[in-house]
This record gives sequence, structure tokens and C-alpha cells, in this order.
Amino acid sequence: MDDGAELWAAVRLTVELAVVTTLVLLVIGTPIAWWLARSRAAWKEAVAAVVALPLVLPPTVLGFYALILLGPDGPGGWVAGLFGGRSLAFTFEGLVIGSVLYSLPFVVQPIRNAFESFGPRPLEVAATLRAGPRDAFWSVAVPLARPGFVTGAVLGFAHTVGEFGVVLMIGGGIPGETKVLSVAIYDYVETLQWTKAHMLAGGMLVFAFAVILGMLVLEKRLARRLR
Amino acid sequence: MTGCGRRRLGQTLLALLLLGAASVGWAAEARLAIAANFTAAAREIVAAFEAATGHRVVASFGSTGALYTQITQRAPYHVFLAADQVRPALAEREGLAVPGTRFTYATGRLVLFSREPDLVTGEATLRAGTFTKLAVANPITAPYGAAAVEVLRALGIYQTVERRLVLGTNIAQTYQFVETGNAELGLVAASQVAERAGGSRWLVPQSLHSVIAQDAVLLTIGAENPAAVAFLAFLRSGPARAVIARHGYAVAE
Repeated sequence: MDDGAELWAAVRLTVELAVVTTLVLLVIGTPIAWWLARSRAAWKEAVAAVVALPLVLPPTVLGFYALILLGPDGPGGWVAGLFGGRSLAFTFEGLVIGSVLYSLPFVVQPIRNAFESFGPRPLEVAATLRAGPRDAFWSVAVPLARPGFVTGAVLGFAHTVGEFGVVLMIGGGIPGETKVLSVAIYDYVETLQWTKAHMLAGGMLVFAFAVILGMLVLEKRLARRLR
Repeated sequence: MTGCGRRRLGQTLLALLLLGAASVGWAAEARLAIAANFTAAAREIVAAFEAATGHRVVASFGSTGALYTQITQRAPYHVFLAADQVRPALAEREGLAVPGTRFTYATGRLVLFSREPDLVTGEATLRAGTFTKLAVANPITAPYGAAAVEVLRALGIYQTVERRLVLGTNIAQTYQFVETGNAELGLVAASQVAERAGGSRWLVPQSLHSVIAQDAVLLTIGAENPAAVAFLAFLRSGPARAVIARHGYAVAE
């Protein structure tokens, strides 16, 4: 594979990983956030703490557990066995699982905050207008929580793009399959190919700035419109 | 005692302390940058060295490429134990190492290893190609990875197994892939499995790859450090060489 192709393979793979991870996170993160925002269970903060763990844990801890869970000694090996493999490590699917664990709090937290911010009142009003719980959720709660969804999706996407430790530990550096941008940069730095490292690292810097700025602007605009 | 006198006393004590630390050689501390494959042997040698000399050692482990990158950025290492000869020589040429202090402390051997008993029977295991993943170290950064690729090329199977290779960033991570079973096979350093019972292994003949001569060198930052100088001398000594040999390396005469 020539150099340009390798750079592009890393960029494309990273974007694919971030897109898939964000979609998965929205699907599993929304019900978690909803439950955390609405439940009166005494132990819900314990669940919230579990969700928030990746904020505190070093990626090496997640990477280490992921390596074992994805492998032949863990459930990942069993799942891989169904498809004739022996491990989910070194696969795109394995990276998605690792990334979902790693970015979960970045998606759940903003959505939960958004669900909490408008309180029970709008839903009670919806109920008096004979909206069922499902209808109220989709036509009242979700639109009201839109800023939270936007923030969560952007943060989940960006955080996955910026992921390094977990993918390094479970990826195996396969070009086009598990060798994402951050790992490619690491390789270029290690092998003293600093021109390429600069290209990718500079690109990441610009990307990160654009994402954060865009999110701040968008958030403000959405909040204004809802008010 | 006046305030001034007390201050003078304090200054004298401080000066004595600094003088003492500088003149007493045995109180020195050496910082070592060590190639990951040498981890187990290094720990033993460092312990023996500290016990024998009273010097203290702080060791950092990583891939030779990563450590060398750090050294080019003036990382505070006194001694560099690489997994190859290229980077210590490069360090010398770049003025980062003391000329004439370079020597080969160990010659590495590659081993094809699996934690599953009976899986590895020899060269045939690689040739049969019935495995899903073969772990090797990154050939660009890790000398053991480069040697592993040479072996695959020498056997004429590189093209067919290329897509099944997974790369560890250094030989330690490569072994970790094999030990956790995520890759059923790996070309790792013999030193890593020297003390591990079980599994199955094939010691790759040295004729299949270029010699993995591992060089040590005194870095410029450590030129005046008595502990660093003493450690390199200790590394050449009989007891250290015995440890190195026991860990699966060939030791030059």
C-alpha cells in the first residue's frame, strides 16, 4: 500500500468507526439516559456511576479488560466462534465495542441532562392531552431534548475519533481494518516520519477545534430557538 | 545564636549535603531505557546490580523505536539497551551517545509460540497456514518484528499470511496478544517464554533471519553518571551474562 493510500485508509476507517459508534451509542444511550433521568430507584446513581467510569479509568484499564473479554476466554471469543473466528480483537466490530464502552458517558450524560432539564411538567401536560407514554416520549421529550442529543452525538463522535489507548490495545494495527488515525500518528512518530505525523496531527487539531466550536455555536442556537 | 549565624549554619549544612551526594559514588541513580524484549532479564540484572553496588536504577521499557524517539528529544536516560544495533549507532552518530561505549550485550532468538499445547509443531505450522491470526511486532519499529517478517519471507509464505498478521507496537504487546489467546500464534522473543512452562513452541533457526544483535550504549546525558558507567560494566560481567543466557539469548564470547 503506498503512503497516500495508507493515510486515506486511516482517515476513512476512523470516520467509519466514529459514525458506527455514534449510531450505536445513540441507540443504547438514549434509553439509559431516559431511565437515569426518570427513575426513582435508589440505586440509579450507582448505574450512572458505572456509565461514567470511562471518564475516570485510564484507557489501558478498558483496553486490558476488552482484550480479555473479546478473546477466546471471554464472551467475544464465543461470539466470534459463531462466525468461525476465535476473537473479536483485531476486528472492526471489536473496535466498535471498545469505542462504545469508552465513549458511553459522553453520549449518555448530555442526553440525561437534557431529559432532566425540562422536568416532569411537559410530559404531564402531554398525558392530560391523552398522549400515551410512547407518543409523549417521541413527540414531546425527544424534541425538547434535542440540544442534548446534538451534544451527545458530537461528543461521542469526536471522542471516538480521538481514541487511542483502547484501540492500540485491542486493534493490532491492521491497515484499513483497525489502524485508526491516532495509531497511525503514533507509528509515524515512532518511526521518525514526522512529516506524515504532522499532516495527520495537524489535521486532528483543526478537526477538534472545528468540532468544539461548531458544537458551542449550535448548542447556543438550539437553546435560543427552544426558549 | 543570631539569625545570621543560624542562616550560615544552614548554608554550611546544605553545602555539605550537596558535596556528599556528589562525591559519594554509590549514592548515584542510573536511568535506563530498555527494549521491551529484555524486560525479564533486565529486572533480574538490575536487582543483582543494585544489591552488589548500592547504586539505584530506574528502568523504562518500550519498543526500541519509541525509546529512540524519546532519546532524540533529550529524554533523561543515561543508558540505552536497544533491541538492535542500528539505533545505538545512530545515537552515537547524532552525538546523543558516548563514542566507543557501544557493545552487544545479547543476541536475540525468535520463537513461534502458542499457548495451546500441540498447536506448534515446527516450521510446518507456519507453512500449513491454518491459523487465523499470527502476531508479530511492528516490523518498522521493533527489530523482532523485522526479523519475524524476514522469517516469513524466507519461508516464502509472507504473501499468503500477510492479511492474517496482527502487529504489536512492541514485542511485549505482541506476546500479550498471544498469551491472551486473541492470536493463536505469535513470533515472539525466546526470552519472553524462556521461563513459561506449557504451550507449544518452535525455536526459529537463526539462518532464517538476520542476527538480532542487541547493543547497549552510554548516552551523553549519562557520561558522568557513575551508576550508569558501573551498570554497563556489570552488564558485561559473568553473573549478568549468565542471567542473559538463561533468559533465552545467545551471549557473545
